[in-house]
Formats: sequence, structure tokens, C-alpha cells
Amino acid sequence: MREGAVLEMRGICKFFPGVRALENVDFTLCKGEIHALMGENGAGKSTLIKVLTGVYPMDGGEIFLEGDTRAAVIRSPQDAQKVGISTVYQEITLCPNLSVAENMYIGRDSVKGVNWKKMNEDADKILQSLDIPAKGSRQLGSCSIAVQQMVAIARAVDMDCKVLILDEPTSSLDEQEVAKLFGLMRDLKKKGVGIIFVTHFLDQVYEVCDKITVLRDGKLVGEYVIEDLPRVQLVSKMLGKDLDDMSDIKSESKPYDGNKDETVLECRGLCSNAGIKPFDFHINKGEVNGFTGLLGSGRSECVRAIFGADKVIGGKVMMNGKEVKITKPIQAMNCGIAYLPEDRKNDGIVADLSVKENILLALQVMKGFFKPLTTAQANEFTEQYIKLLDIKTASANTPIKALSGGNQQKCILARWLLTHPQYLILDEPTRGIDVGTKIDIQKLVLKLASEGTSITFISSETDEMLRTCSRLVVMRDRKVVGELSGDDLNQNMIMNTIAGGDK
Amino acid sequence: MKNFLKKLVGMQFFIPIAALLLLALFNLIADPSFFRITLGQNSNGDPVLSGYLITILDYGSELAILAIGMTLVTAATGGQDISVGAGIAIAGSVILKMLCGSNTRPTELQMPIMLAFFIAVLVSIAFSCFNGVLVAYFNIQPMVATLILFTAGRSIAAWINNNELPIISSECSRSFSYFGNFIPGIPIPTPVFIVAITIVIIMLLLKFTTLKLYTQSVGINPKSSRLNGLNPELIKITAFAILGVCVAISGLIKVSRLSTINYSVIAKDIEMDAILAVALGGNALSGGKFSTWGSILGAYVIQFLTTTLYKLNVSSDALPAYKAVVIIILVVASSATVREKVGRFFKELSSGNASAPGAGKGGVKA
Repeated sequence: MREGAVLEMRGICKFFPGVRALENVDFTLCKGEIHALMGENGAGKSTLIKVLTGVYPMDGGEIFLEGDTRAAVIRSPQDAQKVGISTVYQEITLCPNLSVAENMYIGRDSVKGVNWKKMNEDADKILQSLDIPAKGSRQLGSCSIAVQQMVAIARAVDMDCKVLILDEPTSSLDEQEVAKLFGLMRDLKKKGVGIIFVTHFLDQVYEVCDKITVLRDGKLVGEYVIEDLPRVQLVSKMLGKDLDDMSDIKSESKPYDGNKDETVLECRGLCSNAGIKPFDFHINKGEVNGFTGLLGSGRSECVRAIFGADKVIGGKVMMNGKEVKITKPIQAMNCGIAYLPEDRKNDGIVADLSVKENILLALQVMKGFFKPLTTAQANEFTEQYIKLLDIKTASANTPIKALSGGNQQKCILARWLLTHPQYLILDEPTRGIDVGTKIDIQKLVLKLASEGTSITFISSETDEMLRTCSRLVVMRDRKVVGELSGDDLNQNMIMNTIAGGDK
Repeated sequence: MKNFLKKLVGMQFFIPIAALLLLALFNLIADPSFFRITLGQNSNGDPVLSGYLITILDYGSELAILAIGMTLVTAATGGQDISVGAGIAIAGSVILKMLCGSNTRPTELQMPIMLAFFIAVLVSIAFSCFNGVLVAYFNIQPMVATLILFTAGRSIAAWINNNELPIISSECSRSFSYFGNFIPGIPIPTPVFIVAITIVIIMLLLKFTTLKLYTQSVGINPKSSRLNGLNPELIKITAFAILGVCVAISGLIKVSRLSTINYSVIAKDIEMDAILAVALGGNALSGGKFSTWGSILGAYVIQFLTTTLYKLNVSSDALPAYKAVVIIILVVASSATVREKVGRFFKELSSGNASAPGAGKGGVKA
């Protein structure tokens, strides 16, 4: 083993039906370092981690841990916990119907489980020391996603782990929470914990990490010290090709050249039971606009109200100048509105159904109960969109849950494009997705707009919105507080408006 | 060859078909006459086929029909309806009430049989929709929701006929007994045709509507389904309504067999067999993807087993215990854990043959 290493993986192989997920991958983690594991979706990051934590049995290779010359045997997540490997997954894997404290102690051989009072107190202590705004006795499901994520981290931290794996922990956290998490990571690093950090946010990698290991198509590209690998090179290593200039995709694409003043959708005083204040909104043909604001400011609730996903309790909606009644998603769909939801796992995919069925679902529902698509049509549409969006799947009949996150998202995108919407709402379409796919989606958005589709694009990454949107609606505390366009569209103005500062 | 075996084991129908073959083999060794089918005459002098295989096909009919409806309810709601036995009692009681009117020993039928059956279908759908509303709108676990009718249904059935037992004698109507027995001149039992018609209708429904996609989608992820424009509540209630129709058909066969009804005994415990048929067919009882053919096969496996045990002169009291043993084996064999183990075993076998590490992958494709 390399000196100072706490973990060494050698020649790891893993095969899935039709896919070589990992081929001869080496990975070394040293004491007290934060090591980024980078790669596009489907590059094998999650697979490598699942092999390491015993979720998947490996098909080849060995894992060595500090202080043991023999290869470690990790057959289950419990085995991994026992040898000091703790994981916080991308999607929250805790039990929402249990309390925070129960979630922190479940599945651990601990007498604390018996004494409820003590368990709650201990949990509170840990949560407090990590500055997490939750109480041990509270039901986990009632906490925000961000807090749930942090509870998962608190659970891992409390297990005295030697190796901490954070798989996309920041994808649902806002900036302050991310800063808090990074503080926590640095503390742990000082204590000698080795941290594997999987993320798609390049900024975050350069903020906290010491080393980077890059994977591509299930193979190891290399291990680099962070100072030796500038950002552009990292991206090109992940993609395996030189990157087009990301900042310039807006000027490349030509804007919609039809009548831009034609209003497609307008709402007045729209209000839903999800707790947003009544808001006005409009979008023109071929326009790309966005809702911005901190996490929980009501961005998603606004678009959900437009689509009828939440119960609408007031306001008017006009489509192409005519008043329409939208109380259910099907009515919105029939008006030509499409909505890609924020929570891909719970609101987007139908996990056990195939890629094909997932892509065709919305179109089929619009066509109606008595008009199923013919097999030929179904295959044609599916093949067409798999090709168009470059969806990586073994076949059209593969269950969608077997695909990587980015490819699942592309399927959902395909589902809505297939309905040929006039107005497309994309709520966090790029969350948890690799750089290459992100750019693909941004380009697609601009291309669709140039063809006359109106698009609302919501993203937690401001620079992504600046690249695509020509107008931004700014939200704070579930209220629309401003609208920015033209020269006002820059990071500073957004921050100021969100913060409520003077213009 | 090993790849072929592996693929075979992975198939959804593997367990029910293997179970059928094993039962057939057992009977072949124990007594080959099990498979004999003879053409005889019944008491009316009409030609009828008889033999154990015919018995299985005949008496498995109610179960097969129920299994179809139960599959849909299971897929859409991730739960099961345990009130189908009681539902059969209600449907049967309604049919008899309609045909007999106030006279329990009628000399002629009060209305055409088909009309009485149609009314029973409507009543059955109404009761099923009551279950469906509880499940879909009030989010009550299906087993708990249907526990209400499970408990009350047989009393309701008795109440419909003032707790009397109407009998339709052959003097009153000969054709009423056709549904559960034989039509003169046709040597195959009528229930077999009824099952065939039901299967054809349901298959047409699955082919020419989007019922399957909608039901599976709602069963897997109701939230996402709603955002795709579906109405999950309506689809769950539809599944229950279809089960209601299946219950009414089974009810007709049952009362036609008996020419009368026994409220506390008719179709007793059939709900458990129906649920078991769904499970044996390789369907997840937690809902989602489903195969109606699997459930139908499952139903006949259960009937095959029952008939085999009867043939071995197992007394009807001891029957459930014997049945339980076989069923434990079948259910364990079809569980995901065992399937995975068996799958891995075959994979290791095939990768042991080839030296290349990619053999496992190639094996799956082949």
C-alpha cells in the first residue's frame, strides 16, 4: 500500500448486462485528504462507490484498508460500516417515517437504540455541534430535503468512520448550507478522515479538494493533484475531448426570428395551496426566462401552480390571449404546457417501467385511453428521441431505473419534447448531471427557443441561468420581488435583488 | 445450454410452468390414469367429457377469472382485495333473488338469466367501487378497506334473500344450470368457455386501450403519474370495478353449479387462492408491473394441486395443510432471493466455462 493511504482499490471490475461499468479501475485515498471522484454520468463513479460499500458485488479486483495486508471482504453495507466506511448517497436513503434520531442510530449495533430519551439527547448534541437545524425527535420526512441530507451526513460522521463517502451531497443544498458542509469536511480532514467527494459542481471541487481522480466510460483516466489540473483540462479529461467554450453558447445560437411580442402564457394573481403569494407572470413566443431565488423561495411552487401540479386557489391564466382553466396537469398538457419536475426520482421517472414506456407516457396520456400508440409508432418515436438526445441505454426496453441520473433526465426531457409543447417548464433539469449533458441541455433549450418554443428554465446555478435566460424573475420568501433583463442580467444584480438591497 | 437454462429460470412464467410440469410428472408416476379423458354420458343422456384434467379446467374457472381482476387491483394499488369471496356470495344472491323474486321455489324464472346476471354485475361493481373509493381517495390499505366487506358481505348476501335459500330446480329452468355444468350436446364444461371469453375480453382491453401502461404507472409511482396527466384515483377505482365484473362472473358460475346458494360456505377462502395465484404468476404483490397470463397460470396450478390431493384421498379437512406445504415451496422458490441465487449459480457456471472476464456479459446477451 502507498504510504499514508487508508484505502486502496486495485483493478476493480464490474459488469452489468450489456455494460462494462468498471474496467480495471485503481483508486487510492490517503489519510486526511479530500479526494474528488469526477466523471460524466455513467462514467462509473456511483458504481465504484457501490462496489466499495458492498452494495454491488465486484467482478474483479481487490480492496485494501489501512493496517491490513489482506484484501478486505465487503459484502454488504453493514460490512462497510464495520470496517469504517460510511456513505452519504446522492438520493436520500434514510427512512422518512422515522424520527431524525432513529434514522441516525438505525442499523448500528448500539445500546442507544433502547433508551429513547438518551438517543434523542445524543442526536440533538451531534446535530447541534454540526449546526444542523433539526431536533432528534422530529419526524425526518417533515424536514426539508437539505436538512435530511445533513442528517445523513451527521449519521455518517457519528460512526467514527475512517473513510467518508459523499455522493453528490450538495446537489440539494443552498450556498450557506454548502459552506457549512465544507466547514464540516475540513474539520473531519484535520482529524485524519479520508473523504471521497463525488460532485458535478466544479467550483466546489476546487474549493475543498486536494486530489482528483477522473473516470471515463468505466475506465481510469488518471489521478491528479488539484494544483496541477486547471479547470478546463479537468473538463476535457472528463469528456475525453476539448470543450466548446461554455460561456458563449448564447451568442452562438440565433434568437427566435418570429414575432417576439406574441404572449404565449400570462397569469395574473396566480396562487396555489403550496404557500406562495399571488404572482403575475408572462412569457412570449420563443423566449427563455427563469425563476431565481434561494432554495425554498418558491421558484418551483410558481411553475407548479402554472402546470396545475399543486392545487390552484386563485388567479387567472391566459394562453395565447384566451382564458383557460388549469386545475389538473392534464388540462395544462392539453394547453401545450410541459413540465419537467425538480424531483426526478419521485415526480419524474416511473422506475420499473422501461425507457420506452417512460418516454411515451405523457404523449400516450394526451392521446387518451382508447388510442394506444401502435408498436411501430412507439418504436419509431423512442428510437428517434434516444438518438436525438443521445440517451445511453442498453436498449429501449431497459428499465429506466438502470440508467444513470443524467440519462434518466434525458428520458424525461424526451417525454415532454414528444408532446411538442408551446411552453416548456424545466425545473432544475441539470441537477446531478455531468458537465457534458448540462451543456447539451442548455444548447437544446436555446435551439428549441429559436424554433419558437417558450421555455422557463430554473436552476440553482446562477451562471447556467445567465447563459440561457433573457429574463429572470427573482423570488424571495415565496414572493416575486423583481424582474431582471438586458444589462441588469448579471450575478451582482441577482444577488442584490435576492438580498433585497438597493438597486 | 446453461445460458438457455439461466434465461429460462429468469422468466416470469418459469415457476408456475415448472410447478405444473412437476405436478403432472408426479401424477404420471403415481397413477397414469390421472390423465385419462373419457367421453361418457350424464344423467340426461348428453355427451360429456370426464377425467381429472377436465375437472381441473372446470373447477379452476372461478379462480382464474378472479385472478385476472386481482392482478389489476394488485398492480394499481399495491394491495389485495380480500372481499371477493363475500362478493361472490352477494352476486350469487342477487342473481337468485332476481330470478326467483319472492318465491324461493319458483316454477318459472322472473326474468331472463342474462338480465339477472347484468344486474348482479352492476351490484358487484358498486360494491367494488366502494372498496376502490376507500383505497383511492381515503388512502386506506386495500386489505383493511376490503376487510369491511369481507366481514359484512355474507350477511348482506343473506339479507338480500331474507336469509332464505332459493332453489332453481331443473323443472323450473334447465338452462340456468348450463353456466356451471354442460350445455346439452357440448361435451366441454361451460365454465371453460366462460374463462376463455373473459380472457379474450381482457386481452383485447389490454391491447386496444392503454389500461396496462396506466395501471402499471400508477402502481409504481402515483405522484409522477399525476404529473403526466393521469388520474391515479380513477385508475385505481377502474381496477376495482374490473375485479367487480370478475366477481359477478364467478358468482354466476358458482350458483349455477349449485342451483342454490349457501351464504357462509360459497366461495369460502377463494380470496386467498386468488391472491396466491397472482403471486405464483410472478407478479409483485407490492404492485407495478404485471402479467395476467402469469396469474391465470397460477390459478390453474392451485387447482391442479387441489385436484391431485383429492385424488390421493386426502380428506377435505386435511387438505389445506398439504396445500400449505406445497405452496410454501412454490412461494419460496419464486422469491427474489432464491431467483438471484439461482441466477448467480448459473452465471458462475457459464463464466467457469470461458476464461475471458467478459463471459458473464456475453452470457446475458446470448
